[in-house]
Amino acid sequence: MHRRVFVRSGALALVTMGLSPSFLRRAVYGLQLPQAAKGKVLVCLFQRGAADALNVVVPHGDAEYYRLRPSIGIARPARTAGAAGSLDLDGFFGLHPALAPLRPLWDRKLLAPVHAVGSPSSTRSHFDAQDYMESGTPDQKGTRDGWLNRYLATCDTCEAGHAEPFRAVAMTPQTPRILQGPAPAVAMTSLESFTVRSAGGVSERLEALYRTGSADLVHATGAETFDAVRQLREANPQRYTAEHGAEYPRSEFGQRLRQIAQLVKSDVGLEVAFADVGGWDTHVNQGGATGQLANRLGDFAASIAALVTDLGDRMDDVVILTMSEFGRMARQNGNGGTDHGHAGSMFVIGGAVRGGQVYGRWPGLAREQLFEGRDLALTTDFRSVFGEIAERHLGAKSVASIFPGFEGTGLLGLLG
Amino acid sequence: MRLQLRSVVLPLLAVAGCAPRGTRDIAAPLMSSSSSSPAVREQTADEQVAHVLSRLTFGARPSDVARIREIGVDAFIAQQLQPQRIADQRLDAWLSQFETLDLSYAELQKAYPRPAEALQALNPANRNSLSPQDSAEFRRVAGGVRRVTTEVQSARIGRALLTQRQLEEVLTDFWLNHFSVFSGKSPQMRYAIAEYENRTIRPHAMGRFRDLLGAVAKSPAMLLYLDNWQSAADSGRPRTQPPRLAAGRNRGLNENYGRELLELHTLGVDGGYTQADVLNVARALTGWTFLPQRPDQARQLRRAVAARLPEPGTFFFNPGAHDAGEKTVLGRRLRAGRGIEDGEEVLDIVARHPATARHIATKLACRFVSDEPPDELVDRAAEAFTRTDGDIREVVRTIITSPEFFSAAAFRAKVKTPFEVVVSALRALDAAPDPSPRTAQVVANLGQPIYGRATPDGWPDVAAEWMGTGAILGRINFGLAVGANRLPGARPTDWPGASSLINADRDAQVDGVIATFLGSRVSPETRGILLSGRNPLHAGIATDGEREIPPLQGLAQLVGLAVGAPEFQRR
Repeated sequence: MHRRVFVRSGALALVTMGLSPSFLRRAVYGLQLPQAAKGKVLVCLFQRGAADALNVVVPHGDAEYYRLRPSIGIARPARTAGAAGSLDLDGFFGLHPALAPLRPLWDRKLLAPVHAVGSPSSTRSHFDAQDYMESGTPDQKGTRDGWLNRYLATCDTCEAGHAEPFRAVAMTPQTPRILQGPAPAVAMTSLESFTVRSAGGVSERLEALYRTGSADLVHATGAETFDAVRQLREANPQRYTAEHGAEYPRSEFGQRLRQIAQLVKSDVGLEVAFADVGGWDTHVNQGGATGQLANRLGDFAASIAALVTDLGDRMDDVVILTMSEFGRMARQNGNGGTDHGHAGSMFVIGGAVRGGQVYGRWPGLAREQLFEGRDLALTTDFRSVFGEIAERHLGAKSVASIFPGFEGTGLLGLLG
Repeated sequence: MRLQLRSVVLPLLAVAGCAPRGTRDIAAPLMSSSSSSPAVREQTADEQVAHVLSRLTFGARPSDVARIREIGVDAFIAQQLQPQRIADQRLDAWLSQFETLDLSYAELQKAYPRPAEALQALNPANRNSLSPQDSAEFRRVAGGVRRVTTEVQSARIGRALLTQRQLEEVLTDFWLNHFSVFSGKSPQMRYAIAEYENRTIRPHAMGRFRDLLGAVAKSPAMLLYLDNWQSAADSGRPRTQPPRLAAGRNRGLNENYGRELLELHTLGVDGGYTQADVLNVARALTGWTFLPQRPDQARQLRRAVAARLPEPGTFFFNPGAHDAGEKTVLGRRLRAGRGIEDGEEVLDIVARHPATARHIATKLACRFVSDEPPDELVDRAAEAFTRTDGDIREVVRTIITSPEFFSAAAFRAKVKTPFEVVVSALRALDAAPDPSPRTAQVVANLGQPIYGRATPDGWPDVAAEWMGTGAILGRINFGLAVGANRLPGARPTDWPGASSLINADRDAQVDGVIATFLGSRVSPETRGILLSGRNPLHAGIATDGEREIPPLQGLAQLVGLAVGAPEFQRR
């Protein structure tokens, strides 16, 4: 066992040789870590519970829609401002009025909704459908890792910064399925929590215990941990203020997006960020222009709009992708809600996104056009969207290994 | 090793560590001599004591070392292998406070309805708002159903902390993970968990593998989790009876359980089965089902009564859903026209398959010995499995009395899971068990929510999987929380032995904490860091950056440091 001492700008660290190259590289470069080579970031936002896509991106130009949803349907775009109609996008689709904060993104051509998109699996189980959306292998229950992790583990995307601790961060209590796998990913509920909570020399002693030089996995990982803590402390998230007048909602989701913005701006090598938000399983009294679903959408939109505002020009390198495990039944149920359905919708947002148009072929809502006679049919496989973003935005070279068995259906052209 | 592991894309990782390596010939001559010869034990007597405590229990309590020194390591092993002879009154008394643990699926479902069902009952007309009284009632009911999940989690921790039958509980934990189920699979899943743990797994944890496998196959928890309850013969397949009231939405064959039965539960991923075997195993198990809930419409109920369906939550065989065609499973022909015997015979075949013996032996050796257990040991354990027709107790005995178990290489070779980290800290502190959900939340925050593994492979049992920066940080902060007196039921300065240390000098405190929390033996450097009043990162380095840091504040900080230390992460 060898020991070296690296001296850098007044600080000293004992570094154990013979461990992982990533650990060494970090020790050598110290706090001036290189950014991920391309600096591209993907922010994945999961709406758990199956968001009602037909009331999110409203097909107000489809007369069947109002027949299927007599009391919860979102009205056609209002001719007068301030009324509770959908916010027209292209004469056929409109946004739910609670998504008003996203409307400017559409106008600036940063926002691309994708409709009738989702998993080809016919499952209507939340668990199974979330599992498929995160594993990226619909109807294959044997897949153990998540597709974002497979992206991270395919080491052909960027030269530097692979083993950076904050390359993949989930703002969740546990590592989500989508990030599980061999590539490291950190889960945390707040940046403030990513620290050693002690004073009076205890932290320094703990660090010393992990740097005693034992060349085993526990010690090596512990040493990396203290490096990571220091790296984040240097970035100083506590002193963060949002820029460009961005105002994040006080909700948990809003605050987590604020922290994702902090990570992006801290240049700690963030490449993939993840957050999720629940409350979409609206079987009962989901409401129309106002009510349960409108409240969820209001928070969702305000949080995303704040993130985009806050990131400013950095949005050129950022893509925000929203997803939900499936859509909901086309016809409203007897409880003023909607039951589990099939295809859904997604939002793709970013400076490089060819926004200002709705993607995906509209299958129609007439009975014979519905999936199994009841749900919005699928015209775009979610893997087409995921794969296109992995390849065109993040630079993945082998999408086939991220989505094994998926033939692909040609590019949607979401990214310029 | 870690980098290698991480550069491999996942299909391989699913079997990384703890999987039979290579394709060794199972019929090859097995070592037989060393299992009966007096074992050469590389570990010192004190190490053996620490070792059995770290592997056969969830961690040493302060009094355990002296007790095992007195009766001897071998007698302790023999005792633990016969749990039915060990009294456990303190645990039984503690468990009696919980309402939900002994209730069956049907009883739980009745007593703790789902929030949506409770809402429906309170508000059948779907008014937009509830009366204040109804709102209060709804909150009460919705809170009650959470108890079904939280009690079973708290009880898992309390049992591991309190039980005298430690090895049985270690094995219960092992099998619950081997036959992993996920409480978030569906809203009904919560009703199945207590029964699964207490009636399906624990009674068989040291029994015969075939009995355990059969109990699992018929458990509502596994039927629900891996979808077999709704697996039915594809249309056009031969049946002995016409389909009657379907259990659930029978839409044809579901291979999920059949696949995991072979890949995870028995033969293992390299166990030599084919996709045709998966398909035929699934066909053989069609009609093995239960009703997750009472039929909710009057018309359905009348049909259910007419069809004499059993209570919700009870296993039954539904011949109308069974594929009665001929099948071949792992080279054995199952003739056409049969019923439940098809599934029983499949379980017989896979339980006695040599690949299963090897797969189970490997996983047990991985649990008890090291992440990459020696082949010779796995051979002997597999041989014991086959010789005893899958007697789990004998396989475990083979492993934990082996020279490999007591080898120097096995000492502290394992990294604790988060559950083990928390419970071993509680045991070292001789803590009182916490009936609230708080401790389970601590385990979840460290990355291992109880009954929270979504995928059927269970939690990993190899170090590389548990060591990430976020994970280490969580463990360090857990140690500090223990030192700051924030772990429910545990007091960092109130454990047997602590009173004599509180006013002792620093040396004695450090040695006392090392003995209690770190199994006596640590490196001189670790001891020095615990003792030192100087900044250990700067010690010995002549530099202008050097500065003194204040000594630790008493015993509590020292305990926190020990629990957060790298040595505490190992067992």
